[in-house]
Amino acid sequence: MTDPVIDLRGVTRRYDEGPPALRDVSLTVAPGDAVAVLGPSGSGKSTLLNLIAGLDRPSDGTVTVAGARVDTLGEAASARFRRAHVGLVFQFFNLLDDLTVEDNVLLPAQLAGAPGRASRAHAARLLDSLGLARHASAYPGRLSGGERQRVAVARALVNRPALLLADEPTGALDTASGEDVRRLLNELHASGQTIVLVTHDLRLAEACASRVIRLRDGRIEEDR
Amino acid sequence: MTALARVIRSGVRRRRVQTLVIGLVAAAATTATVLGAGLLVASRAPFDDAFATQRGAHLTVQAQPDSVTPAQLAASASAPGVIAAAGPYPLLVVAGRGPDGIPMPPLTVVARADPGGPVDRVEVTRGRWAEGPAEIVLGVGGIRMPIGSRVTTTGGTVLTVVGEARSVSGTAGAWVLPSAVAVLTTPGTDSGYQMLYRFATASTPADVAAGRAAVAATLPAGAIAGARSWLDARQHAVEDAAVFVPFLVAFALLGVVMATLVVGTVIAGTVGAATRRIGILKALGCTPAGIVRAYVGQALVPAAVGAAVGAVAGNVIAVPVLAEAEQLYGSANAVLAWWVTLLATAGVLAVVAVSAWAAALRAGRLRTVDAIAVGRASGPARGRRAARLVARLPVSRPVGLGLARPFARPARSTAILLAVASGAAAATFATGLGASLLRIQTALEQNTADVAVGPTPADGPRIGGPRAGGPRTVDPAAVLATIRAQPGTRTGYGITRAPGTVAGMSELLHVSGVTGDAAWDGFEMVSGRWFAGPGEAIASAPLLSATGTRVGDSLTIRVDGGAPVRLRIVGEVFESGSAVVTAAGTIPGLGPPIEYHVALTDGTDAGAYAESLTGALAGYRLTATPTGGETDPLLLVVQGLTTTLTLLLIAVAALGVLNMLVLDLRDRVHDLGVHKALGMTPGQTIAMVVASVAGIGLLGGLLGVPAGMAMQRHVVPAMAASGGLRLPATLLDVYGPVTLSALALGGPLIALLGALLPAGWAARARTAVALRAE
Repeated sequence: MTDPVIDLRGVTRRYDEGPPALRDVSLTVAPGDAVAVLGPSGSGKSTLLNLIAGLDRPSDGTVTVAGARVDTLGEAASARFRRAHVGLVFQFFNLLDDLTVEDNVLLPAQLAGAPGRASRAHAARLLDSLGLARHASAYPGRLSGGERQRVAVARALVNRPALLLADEPTGALDTASGEDVRRLLNELHASGQTIVLVTHDLRLAEACASRVIRLRDGRIEEDR
Repeated sequence: MTALARVIRSGVRRRRVQTLVIGLVAAAATTATVLGAGLLVASRAPFDDAFATQRGAHLTVQAQPDSVTPAQLAASASAPGVIAAAGPYPLLVVAGRGPDGIPMPPLTVVARADPGGPVDRVEVTRGRWAEGPAEIVLGVGGIRMPIGSRVTTTGGTVLTVVGEARSVSGTAGAWVLPSAVAVLTTPGTDSGYQMLYRFATASTPADVAAGRAAVAATLPAGAIAGARSWLDARQHAVEDAAVFVPFLVAFALLGVVMATLVVGTVIAGTVGAATRRIGILKALGCTPAGIVRAYVGQALVPAAVGAAVGAVAGNVIAVPVLAEAEQLYGSANAVLAWWVTLLATAGVLAVVAVSAWAAALRAGRLRTVDAIAVGRASGPARGRRAARLVARLPVSRPVGLGLARPFARPARSTAILLAVASGAAAATFATGLGASLLRIQTALEQNTADVAVGPTPADGPRIGGPRAGGPRTVDPAAVLATIRAQPGTRTGYGITRAPGTVAGMSELLHVSGVTGDAAWDGFEMVSGRWFAGPGEAIASAPLLSATGTRVGDSLTIRVDGGAPVRLRIVGEVFESGSAVVTAAGTIPGLGPPIEYHVALTDGTDAGAYAESLTGALAGYRLTATPTGGETDPLLLVVQGLTTTLTLLLIAVAALGVLNMLVLDLRDRVHDLGVHKALGMTPGQTIAMVVASVAGIGLLGGLLGVPAGMAMQRHVVPAMAASGGLRLPATLLDVYGPVTLSALALGGPLIALLGALLPAGWAARARTAVALRAE
């Protein structure tokens, strides 16, 4: 049996005040799975995503991603882990305004110290496959929302991550752009990319995910 | 508490870094200003205090005994404007020898029954006042001899030194009782009367001249042989301190300029970073004037605390300098004048208030709707072309991102550049100043020799002269031959010093006669050349100035009352007093050398050499000693001050950088979160932040170094000019290629110092938190 890409065991995340954001969550995600995490605001979706990405640490429990115990990593190791194994897509794109589309996409590869020529060629292929080649020299501010999110996906994929994490990837998009992104994620899933996406968008979950997890008050309410 | 006070309080608490930076900058600027202005005032205060305590003489008159009677002089006390007078006191010019037969320069001896009186209340600092005709009290600052020493005048009278006394007015070199006058007066003795006056007003040269005219009007024509104004004595007394005035002013100005720069940019940055907050305050009804007052208040609260700390620090640092002045004048004032501290502190706070006000005006003028909208739209696209160019540099991506950053915020980058350049200029100036002062000290001492040869102590300084136990003559040529034959000798020469006179100049002249080549021994030439032939000499600026001669002119001098000697001046030597240096053979009767200076070959041990040479010179009763590096205490104080002020200014510059970076990081904390989310490690984050100021630091260093050199070129000659000196170029050319390279690196170093803390904060920032930031 193949090792899971994500393995959470008994994970709890408490903040200073109030109830825990996550309570005793255990979860495994197999390679090639596309998991949609649904739930109302405050249910713990973003906390779960942050823990998997190594952006946050659990108060209790263990988080293993791509074979690495993410919950034990320091800041530097966590950064190296992310650029090697995880691609992140955010609701508001989080593209850097002062870098061109190409430079935005290249950034994770450059941070990882990847050879310039090879990563540039890979970035060009990604932009081409996502229909963004003509925007390579443009700045993000001149693109539509859908185009920006596709750039964000290209950036997330540039280091060929084992896992793609997407936080409300269609949340800031109009219907047409949202449809573009849905199609793109679907294609990625079809190509074998492991995806975890957090969303309120039921249509997106149904279109892209092979598995849906519902969270409520920090607990897994449903996993199908 | 009013709404405005609440806004100020919350601003001060919320912007902790800005609050701290403003406080520290105000502290540093106040320290520099208090020191500069305080010492400027204090350099004059000890003289003035001592003058007031002693009821010093505004006018000291020397009268000819054959032109005026004591009764006529006493009657001059009733001249208009005279409020007090003392004298007439008999005055004699006495020459002689000290206890070991050392020839003494001529002494102006005044006969007074006691040190008190209505004018010039002389302060006895050691021993006691004379009680018999065979006793003498020496003036402080002149010849020093132990109490109990005996002085033999040229007339053969033996006087015992019973005390030391200080006259701030400088009325005499020594005092005796009136009963000693008859004993000391021999045929040919210069004598006269001294009258001392205090006037109702004497604060300007015109006042003193008017007083003198009033006194002269009561006396027969030609009665006054000479007169000295207290203003001349004052100028002479404060000359040492006056030398340091340009340097203190330069540092104080640098401090204030940097405070203005840093506080202005801190407030401007704070306004920029709080635009949304300002919009909300305005939307809630805060007026533009209220906003400006709030931001000025936010600057003034920490500045007031910092200024108070700086005022205390300035006073504490001034203590050793004032202690030095206290020793010179016997004044009890060991603290800075309170009003100087108050004015300097208020001045710095005014500068802070004005800088803050100018920067906060923008906040007042912001349109409410625009201010609230900030953060919801992309910022202006600046520096993208530069960023793309930098991206092509063969550096890692984090470094490339950092290097491109300054182009995105040109105004902020300019402020950092100015702060770094100012710090680099201060460091360059201080380094040059310190090096120049050391060279000046060496040049004034005119002694770079490794070993000095003088008389064996028991023999006293009678090289070549008569000695107890029978006359003994030392041939200078034989001594020099012995020295030159000693292994390790590079070169050596003998020097004879004697007081001399020049027609038309009342002050004594220092005459040095050289046997051998002395040009290597720290003599710095301002112009012309070293003397080469008989009759040629080099002279100092004060001598040339006092006699109205120039290089190329001739001058007639007399040494020890000998025959006049005509000297052709072929060069100007750097020297603080009236001095002339020539070949010993040029001046007949100058006598053999009193000291020999020796330079050693590289690698020779001075101690072992001196011991060996002493053995070789035993027959001449001469002892060789390695020369020690004694540094002038005032120079040490100035160097200490320079270091302190430089470190303060560098700290201010680094704080300026730190503040700008904190503001910049606050602006782009979300971008920082994105970088980290994409895999930027803490090390890469530090590299990016440091690189964002590295280029500016380098440029700041390159701009600051020439600025600091220009300051050194301007201030050091100004310092020398305060002491009536012209500096040779060799004393100013102190920046070698290595020093300049090191100083140019000062800019990046200041930038690095300022960047380290913000870079650390950026590296530690939690990614998830940074991503949530607006």
